[in-house]
Amino acid sequence: MEDSKIIFSRPTALKPTVTHYCPGCTHGVIHRLVAEVLDELNLREKTLGVAPVGCSVFAYNYINTDFLEAPHGRAPALATGFKRLRPDMIVFTYQGDGDLASIGMGEIVHAANRGEKFTVIFVNNGIYGMTGGQMAPTTLEGQITTTSPKGRNVAEVGMPIRICELLSSLVTPAYLERVAVHTPQHIIRAKRAVRKAFTYQTQNRCFSLVEFLSTCPTNWGLTPGESVRWVEENTLKYYPLGCFKDPDKEVKTDGTV
Amino acid sequence: MPRILMKGNEAIAEAALRAGATNYFCYPITPQTEVAEYLAHRMPEVGGVFLQAESEIAVGNILFGAASTGKRVFTSSSSPGISLMQEAISYMAGAHLPCVIVNIMRGGPGLGGILPAQSDYFQATKGGGHGDYRLLVLAPSTIQEAVDLTMQAFYLADKYRNPVMVIGDGMIGQMMEPVEFPEKYEEPPLPPKDWACTGARGREPHIIKSLFLDPLALEKNNLLLYQKYEKMKAEEVRFELYKTKTENKILIVSYGTMARICQTAIDELETESISVGLFRPITLFPYPEKELYAEAARKNIKTVLVIEMSIGQMVEDVERVVRGIKPIKFFGRTGGVVPSPEEAKEQIKELLKKEAGTRKRKTRKG
Repeated sequence: MEDSKIIFSRPTALKPTVTHYCPGCTHGVIHRLVAEVLDELNLREKTLGVAPVGCSVFAYNYINTDFLEAPHGRAPALATGFKRLRPDMIVFTYQGDGDLASIGMGEIVHAANRGEKFTVIFVNNGIYGMTGGQMAPTTLEGQITTTSPKGRNVAEVGMPIRICELLSSLVTPAYLERVAVHTPQHIIRAKRAVRKAFTYQTQNRCFSLVEFLSTCPTNWGLTPGESVRWVEENTLKYYPLGCFKDPDKEVKTDGTV
Repeated sequence: MPRILMKGNEAIAEAALRAGATNYFCYPITPQTEVAEYLAHRMPEVGGVFLQAESEIAVGNILFGAASTGKRVFTSSSSPGISLMQEAISYMAGAHLPCVIVNIMRGGPGLGGILPAQSDYFQATKGGGHGDYRLLVLAPSTIQEAVDLTMQAFYLADKYRNPVMVIGDGMIGQMMEPVEFPEKYEEPPLPPKDWACTGARGREPHIIKSLFLDPLALEKNNLLLYQKYEKMKAEEVRFELYKTKTENKILIVSYGTMARICQTAIDELETESISVGLFRPITLFPYPEKELYAEAARKNIKTVLVIEMSIGQMVEDVERVVRGIKPIKFFGRTGGVVPSPEEAKEQIKELLKKEAGTRKRKTRKG
């Protein structure tokens, strides 16, 4: 046993507790990626998280850092106030798509445009989870929800909003990347993006946002396995993965980097 | 410190800074924008943080985040902007966060006007946002008092871990008066802010929140708030009496600059040998209940006259406090119209005439 060493364990930034998330939901994976990066960069003890309203309002029960619980959509405003007074600390918001892309659209756009030096973990599963499966601004065309029972009618409510593309139109430098977590390969790539986002923050470089394409088997009415296939066959087609903005790369006039 | 001539909004800004608020978040709105303009150049001078945000909704929530650091934070706005901040104010009250909010009131409802009003009394003292909470509300009537109360507001916010509102009509913001700042700002000692978020180093994480899904837990939090409000009622009530004498038949109740207009009316009536007194609440919450009751209950007082720059808001508290022991009359102008000393005098004289008539009738009957 003398030669043995621990090569895998629970990150200290993750509390040893069972989450309330549904089977097949990817919040648990995303929590863990954030926690692993906070551990690896040795940031946990100087980090503040800002929880949203939605399923992940209880993120503070799982991620082992100081936390604020924001009103619906306002996490970027809270993060702005906190980070402006404590630029020496690391601040991240954890927000769903109803929170960030609907009620909090104003706050996220202006925080990004001011180049606030915090990190946004944006979890997009295309539906309101906590309230029981209503249509979100990110719900796919034709997707059935409790408030679009015949499928999202884009003639009435418009096309789903692509947040990374939208924010990438801002001229202020930022790091914006969309990732997925439905396969181990995607999880490894997603972690790289999270690490990059927090690293840029430690360097006081820029606003950073990582968009996770997530699942909601309960409200999609699918099994966890079917949800993975849904992401593969539907979500990824409308929401392309990749880096949309990086302070190290030149922004082209067409919005690509 | 020498006395200097300052505009109300600028004096309030300087007072906040001297009370230790070295950060300010804002959105422009008349008639209080000079607070922002003053601090836009003043904050950088003291190494503070100045930020103009995208809306008052954002400002309220930026204040929420900033207050969580444990530093002294404040913002200012005017009526429609204060309406937009109610979400954050409710959350901050629920999460026991101290902050100071200055409302330089303008006429409403809706976009209303930009002239002075006192029509946000209900909003300030009865809730404003959702839920079982209160603000401690201070109402200055001079620029000097606005300075003093703004500085004290930070101490009170910290003492109670509760938002404090300094509420003034538009004149408080726009008027210029001589003011004096204390040479050295001193206040009683406060407990350490061991609740603040500073990073979970060598301790369990601090979580600042207002969600309690268990009704018993939420009730417990609300009872904690209630205890604070009861303590405010016991320790923070402030008011001022002006020329209350045993020969007075009328007691005027008025606050803010409206009370000063009433004082002018009272002084002018004195030259006509008419004596009237004034009760001026300084804390609108906690309301000076016992004190006003005692003044209204005096044998010589026949009528209580409430004068406001509104269609009648504080008068409901006066009715609640006086409990029917004396008749209450109300006079107010609304929408940015300020009652003049002449109008106040007219109201007083009319009441005295009626009072004399009633007495005559009573005497004849007797």
